Amino acid sequence: MPYAFYPGCVSRGACPELYAATLEVCRRLGIELDLTTMQSASCTGAGVLQEKNLRLGDTLNARTFAMAERAGRQILTICSTCQGVMSQANARLQDDDYRASVNEDLAEEGLSYNGTADPKHLLWVIVEEVGIDTLESMVVQRLPSLRIAPFYGCYIVRPSSDLKFEEHPEREDALERVIEAVGAQVVDFPGKTLCCGFPILTINETNSLKMVANHTMDAKGRGADAMVTPCPLCHLNLDGYQPQAAKANSPLSPIDVPILHLPQLIGLALGIPPKAMRLNSHIVSTKTMLSELALSP
Amino acid sequence: MQVKFKVRRFDPDADRPVARYDEYELEMSESNTVLDGLIRIREEMDGTLALRCSCRSAICGSCAMRINGQAGLACNTLLIHAIPKDGGPIVVEPAGNLEVQKDLIVDFAPFWSKVRAVQPWLQPEGPEPETEYIAPADDMQHLTGVMACIMCGACVSDCTVLDVDDNFLGPAALAKAYRFVRDPRDDADSSRLGALNEYGGVWDCTRCMQCVEVCPKNVDPMGRIMALRDRAMEEGYTNTTGARHAKAFSDSVEHSGWLDETKLVVKSHGVTNVKEMLKLLPVAARSFRAGKVPPLRHKSIPGAENVRRVFEKVESRDQG
Repeated sequence: MPYAFYPGCVSRGACPELYAATLEVCRRLGIELDLTTMQSASCTGAGVLQEKNLRLGDTLNARTFAMAERAGRQILTICSTCQGVMSQANARLQDDDYRASVNEDLAEEGLSYNGTADPKHLLWVIVEEVGIDTLESMVVQRLPSLRIAPFYGCYIVRPSSDLKFEEHPEREDALERVIEAVGAQVVDFPGKTLCCGFPILTINETNSLKMVANHTMDAKGRGADAMVTPCPLCHLNLDGYQPQAAKANSPLSPIDVPILHLPQLIGLALGIPPKAMRLNSHIVSTKTMLSELALSP
Repeated sequence: MQVKFKVRRFDPDADRPVARYDEYELEMSESNTVLDGLIRIREEMDGTLALRCSCRSAICGSCAMRINGQAGLACNTLLIHAIPKDGGPIVVEPAGNLEVQKDLIVDFAPFWSKVRAVQPWLQPEGPEPETEYIAPADDMQHLTGVMACIMCGACVSDCTVLDVDDNFLGPAALAKAYRFVRDPRDDADSSRLGALNEYGGVWDCTRCMQCVEVCPKNVDPMGRIMALRDRAMEEGYTNTTGARHAKAFSDSVEHSGWLDETKLVVKSHGVTNVKEMLKLLPVAARSFRAGKVPPLRHKSIPGAENVRRVFEKVESRDQG
């Protein structure tokens, strides 16, 4: 059964490399994507719209869920923030009275949400549906020389109740298991479930850059060659603002930790050429890392 | 069952005051909590271990500390939930973001000064009523959610902003501020919101949800901070990057169904903010060189008018 693919805004905006890598990886893993059902779905609100009007955010997400239900599909997303915001909205929308009231505002479009959506991030689909063993069996190039620090960020780990961690304990260390499955080494570090600083980038740049510097320098200090994240917003800050973060917090030495999107790491192990996953379109160059694998960006 | 503890120790009066970890192993029952274990360590194994605790019932808020890296109350954390899957020791450390005084005891002075800074008392205006101030039951019912706060500091311990910036008021104080802004008997909303709109206030939160996750009383500090942002904007405090960002974000989704990243950044800083615009140039140039640019022309999603209609309908509810 194909998934209704919900790419989120960022993979169609500032992170086109994530979109490209996702299509390549899903094709090889046999994850079927229906690219049309969600085309007229809106942004989740990313928690920002929710600051202004929580009900509005819930209604927009109920609309998206209703579209997936109508198509008889489950939603697959590649953005942790979309995942988190959808999971939070979905938890509230399980209340029958609230959902009925929200549905009133969707009636004109002929949509109604019945509460059956179960949106899943690609990371979860890989661990829960494809299976870690299957992924491992499909690896054509193991990456034993790569030391990878996982970076979950916030929205795919908190609040753990809305994200159903109790029902799905495998979600807790899904990234580590993927890193191991592709034959790379996990570099554990305490910052992996903390904030990357992106949400306050325009509001308090100093704090935001400190977060970038703290995480990337810590991972590097523990020997990481690169970081992998399921969140394109974390990528935007940790990659795009790493040069500024270094300038402000580590003026004597560059940090230079490449930040990989989840499917890019998997794709390398599946033998997908780096260029097809646009590993050349990162701010922090992936060149040194790839040369260790005898690849070029 | 045998339980292993690994406790972070720090003695300021030692010859060389450096933190270290001490390990203890003892026989405990399955119904015991982490606090039960720590008290037994202190009573039976090592009388020098310093910790705060009082009620042992998750009411007094004294025993917040980090258990396996996450803040929580030692008294309501069962050992069976805290023992790591790999059979390793339960790691116990003092709360974060506050200075350690000894072992598991941290200095709460900055915590209290931030709570005081939000003026946590009622400020009604007008003539005093003859009897008590009357408040609608619904309002007070709603406020019980925040009044459940026991000031344990778990949220402050794990706040990702306080980790990089001591100036941030932090989740506990901001939740307390919400409690008074939402109190129908209080008439100082505008000045309260004005103060909260400043640097270190509501807009500095990253929305990382650490406070939501670790709060032992489900106070949802971050949810309160988001509600305060909304109230501040309603009150007319719109001249901040945060408020402009929220507005620009909402406008973009309303008009095209999704996010116009370029416009969002420009509008958040303010189109006339030349200094910030100049600072953005190198970032934009670097992104352009790497091929990381949003589409030059931001196209609406198919059926964007349906999204606009949802905005109209939901927003008219608020007004109605």
